[in-house]
Amino acid sequence: MAREITSQRKTINTVAAWAIGLLIFFPILWTILTSFKTEAVAIADPPVFLFFDWTLENYSIVQERSNYGRFLWNSILIAVGSTILGLLVAVPAAWSMAFVPSVRTKDILLWMLSTKMLPAVGVLYPIYLLFIQLGLLDSVLGLTIVLMLINLPIIVWMLYSYFKEIPVDILEAARMDGATLKEEILYVLTPMAIPGIASTVLLNIILAWNEAFWTLNLTAAQAAPLTAFIASYSSPEGLFYAKLSAASTMAIAPILIMGWFSQKQLVRGLTFGAVK
Amino acid sequence: MGSITLKKVTKSFGSVDVIHPLDLTIDDGEFVVFVGPSGCGKSTLLRLIAGLEDVTSGHIEINGKDATDIPPAKRGLAMVFQSYALYPHMTVRKNIAFPLKMARLPKSEVDSKVEDAARILNLTDYLDRRPGQLSGGQRQRVAIGRSIVREPDAFLFDEPLSNLDAALRGNMRLEIAELHQSLKTTMIYVTHDQVEAMTLANKIVVLQNGVIEQVGSPLELYSNPANIFVAGFIGSPRMNLISGKRAHEHKAETIGIRPEHMSIVKGGKASKSKWQGTVGISEHLGSDTFIRVETDDLGAIVVRAPGDVGLKFGDKVTMTPDLSHLHRFDEAGLAIK
Repeated sequence: MAREITSQRKTINTVAAWAIGLLIFFPILWTILTSFKTEAVAIADPPVFLFFDWTLENYSIVQERSNYGRFLWNSILIAVGSTILGLLVAVPAAWSMAFVPSVRTKDILLWMLSTKMLPAVGVLYPIYLLFIQLGLLDSVLGLTIVLMLINLPIIVWMLYSYFKEIPVDILEAARMDGATLKEEILYVLTPMAIPGIASTVLLNIILAWNEAFWTLNLTAAQAAPLTAFIASYSSPEGLFYAKLSAASTMAIAPILIMGWFSQKQLVRGLTFGAVK
Repeated sequence: MGSITLKKVTKSFGSVDVIHPLDLTIDDGEFVVFVGPSGCGKSTLLRLIAGLEDVTSGHIEINGKDATDIPPAKRGLAMVFQSYALYPHMTVRKNIAFPLKMARLPKSEVDSKVEDAARILNLTDYLDRRPGQLSGGQRQRVAIGRSIVREPDAFLFDEPLSNLDAALRGNMRLEIAELHQSLKTTMIYVTHDQVEAMTLANKIVVLQNGVIEQVGSPLELYSNPANIFVAGFIGSPRMNLISGKRAHEHKAETIGIRPEHMSIVKGGKASKSKWQGTVGISEHLGSDTFIRVETDDLGAIVVRAPGDVGLKFGDKVTMTPDLSHLHRFDEAGLAIK
């Protein structure tokens, strides 16, 4: 009897999990499907799901109208650049917080996180003015810096919780074994922290890739990444759903593929520390 | 060479004084055990010697040279941790070779030393495994192997056996004693287990609240405890401590008598040197029986009797302490000589 209930439960759980998964994925699926429809089919009522004449027309129009490659390149530069810059600051910060904490370390961590609770628009004006002064408006460098700062609390928190999981005994053993600080970091800590650093990098690239508030407000033409590319298709003179969908699909495809291949690493990163 | 001298060493964490001014000399080749209840500062003391913690004041000398400000890597000491602290991403071979690699020894020398250590510790078949694939005892051996390859001036052991089960603990205790016999290197060993302390040490340092209560050989501490704390801590089962009228009869504030220094008979009459009571719970160990005797005026007294003593719960008994083994303590808890 007990076994029956368990397997029945299992089936229910599986069905529920798939249902929720599909529900979450549905908008993306719909966008991808719409990108292969003609504009007329895209707005048909009742909506057409799978049985329509599939076309690549939207993709070629989008490709003709705007330079996808440049947007993509900017996105890569900003996402990867802000992540590397963030790591350079966050690794030493997380390191010291995890291994040589002071009485205020917890407060500093909470304070860092609290900056994420501030609505971004609250600091748009001062940052915009600063950017004008510094000549950083519509520059890849400026965006890289802003996105690094925006995501820094999350990088520090993630790395901090990873480093906390590394037993201090092992680092002390390395010290006793004659390792200098450099050797301790190179041969002992880094190999043990690589999974943590990898998932932090992945998550940060995704966050930076998808960030739309700052990328839309601080860029015009030069530094505009894929978020601006999508936004340029939601034109005020009437929406072209199919083309907008094609643009969106092109924008999310790289990160979706990267996410798909690294999902194991990501899940581990996001649930780290929750389950021991 | 492996002599270590602590001079007026103190350690405070914030406003908490963990080690009060403390002097201690450890001679070359000694097996010294720091023992005491948890929180007594014994591990902190070991970490101060290792250099993993900085002293708040005072000096630490290793081989006659001031080592107070020398980093742990340069002190020439090796440490075995309670958690083993093996490098999980390296094989056993690489774990053992790590200190040699840090010392930049040529590869051929590293290999032969690792092979030697593995043979001594029965690890040859496991050299290519990772620590995660080893049992607790094997991991402990790897940790020991990692510490012996670099031929340190002294070994530091921080409760190395407390994560092992009882049977394995006994074996490893023997192995560590043998290792000391063959290497003749100074060893400092921290434990809260007084059996480990008694069986391994040449010299026991009993600590309480960051203060050394007594230093001496195991038998010295057993026969002549300097105070009530040491009397109660060393020896198993612990010494019976009696205060009040019975103690005053012996011109002391408290008297102590070990369970093995009393004889016990059924019935009998009470007198100044004979104590009466009722048998309570007995622990039968086979060779010995530890009998808890409930008395009216002395509290509960534990007596060690032969295994076949033949006393039952509720029996009226008379105990006769061997007065030549009676310990007397004054009001401050110090032994009266």
